[in-house]
Amino acid sequence: MSRYLADRLLQSFVVLALMSFVVFWLMGLMPGDPIDLMISADPKLTSDDAIRLRQLHGLDRPISERYANWLGGAINGDLGFSRLHAKPVLTVLWPALGNTVLLLGISFIVSVLIALPAGIYAAIRQYSGPDYLINLAAFAGISIPSFWLALLLITLFSVILGVLPASGTETIGGLSSLWDKAKFLVLPIATLTIASIGSHTRFVRAAVIETMRQDYIRTARAKGASETRVVLHHALRNALIPVVTIIALDFGYLFSGALIVETIFAYPGMGKLIFDAIMGNDFNLAMIAFLFATILTLAGNLFADIAYGWLDPRISMGASEGSSGE
Amino acid sequence: MSELVINQQGQSTWALAWRRFLKHKLAVISGCYLIFVCALSAAAPIFEFLRGIDANQANLFSRFALPSFDAWLGLDELGRDVFTRLLYGGQVSLLVGLVTALVAALFGTVIGLIAGYRGGWVDAILMRLTDSVISLPLLPLLIVLAAIDLNKSGLPDAIIQSENISLYRIIFIVAVVGWTTVARLVRGAALSLRERDFVLAAKVQGASAFRIMSVHILPNLISPIIVATTLSIGNIILLESVLSFLGLGIQPPVASWGNLLTNAQELIFNAPWLAFYPGIAIFVTVIAFNFLGDGLQDALDPKAEN
Repeated sequence: MSRYLADRLLQSFVVLALMSFVVFWLMGLMPGDPIDLMISADPKLTSDDAIRLRQLHGLDRPISERYANWLGGAINGDLGFSRLHAKPVLTVLWPALGNTVLLLGISFIVSVLIALPAGIYAAIRQYSGPDYLINLAAFAGISIPSFWLALLLITLFSVILGVLPASGTETIGGLSSLWDKAKFLVLPIATLTIASIGSHTRFVRAAVIETMRQDYIRTARAKGASETRVVLHHALRNALIPVVTIIALDFGYLFSGALIVETIFAYPGMGKLIFDAIMGNDFNLAMIAFLFATILTLAGNLFADIAYGWLDPRISMGASEGSSGE
Repeated sequence: MSELVINQQGQSTWALAWRRFLKHKLAVISGCYLIFVCALSAAAPIFEFLRGIDANQANLFSRFALPSFDAWLGLDELGRDVFTRLLYGGQVSLLVGLVTALVAALFGTVIGLIAGYRGGWVDAILMRLTDSVISLPLLPLLIVLAAIDLNKSGLPDAIIQSENISLYRIIFIVAVVGWTTVARLVRGAALSLRERDFVLAAKVQGASAFRIMSVHILPNLISPIIVATTLSIGNIILLESVLSFLGLGIQPPVASWGNLLTNAQELIFNAPWLAFYPGIAIFVTVIAFNFLGDGLQDALDPKAEN
């Protein structure tokens, strides 16, 4: 177990290190390098000045040297300064991370709370009318473009009904109250929940159907256990194992959803931060925010793997492969 | 004689699958819809010609015109015909979905076959690579890839200056991250198939690794690959649409269902209906591909439970 864990941690670390280099390299290929931005800020700069500035900041050095330089700084805690926000990168990052965790956390809980009963019900009434309807709704949830869903919700609740705000986190100039902030969260959370509930429901349904076919379910029924007991006590506990794994693996997908939703609703989270940083040539911030997002998804995957082995003793942790939760 | 028997069996397997598919009504309806929407999109120039309009022709005197006999879905913020632009957008979105899915499936099949057939350290490295790609934050990565300046990438100018560069770019970047599902699927199946007697027989006869993979193993994997590829198209269309919506995918004046929605948020107070058509087109098309994939799975791979 511990060897396996160490192995997985090492792998995640390698991925992170590789990604940091790849993204550093890609950032160098972005339009508008830092010197161009300085030139546009100060029209009196000559092209000689530009060359000197380039040398001064080491931008004429090869990519590997610049990366080593950046990495050395980053390891010593120098993550740089955000150009857009004029603050150290971490000062900008932490509040955004908190906002995203709040948004993702609530959407995730709401989605699972609805998907669990819906998926179980559909599974034990397989091929019935309600199963058909739940399936249809799940497919619709998977297939709806989340940005369009957000636009529809804004049109309905902000433009037509006028009951919920369309963007931001609190009423500007208004009294800052919890109730006011909560109103701003309703539409982003609703969008994210609808976007993830379909796949969650289908995971639960598939897992329960698979479990209900097992021999021990037949044994439980033969013993005379009530159907409720068979489902809740015997089937559900086993069915939840793959569900936990797949939902944890789904975390990266949820994060992508957060980027879309935060951008549309102008919600100051990690997703919007990354998007704005990339679009605004804020390389320091984009770099660190991207690596944070990578750490988050890697941690989600690691958690999925560990949870799978912990919940299901049949899975041998020594195996170097086949640890995918499929 | 023996050939005849094999032939009949071959036909009946597919005929059986076809009959199972026909039972899946939603999949049949979806298939018909997809054929219809592809044909309609392909016919966009014909509609333009018959009605004597130009999809890119702005007409600032009749912005936001409501649907009429001349303009079936009305006119947009520049007075362009919404219906025709929707069809042109459909051409691009469907093309991106289909081509990207095929490229990704091809890539995934090659990687999965090599990993599964070779096994050992080749398999270990390729599967670590696959796991790593899966564990990356997808959308931020795509945004970075979509935002880089191609003039700095060292690609030949002929490609960068090309009119369809945003099309090639989106196909490439989505395929780069989209091959993992097929690779895992193919690898798992190839791993078990390579131990089967017919593969051993081919090996004993001295068949090359390439021949065994392409002639003996691959044909047995066609059904799951078709299913996975079909199911991936919907997802790819969604990715293309969100990147184009954010202004990073297909660039105007080329229309795609995603970039038709780019201005929708600003126009939501003036003309909310403009946001409706491209969105519903994406939604219905994606759900149709998902139903089709589901139906194909039931038909081709009846043992698998999705």
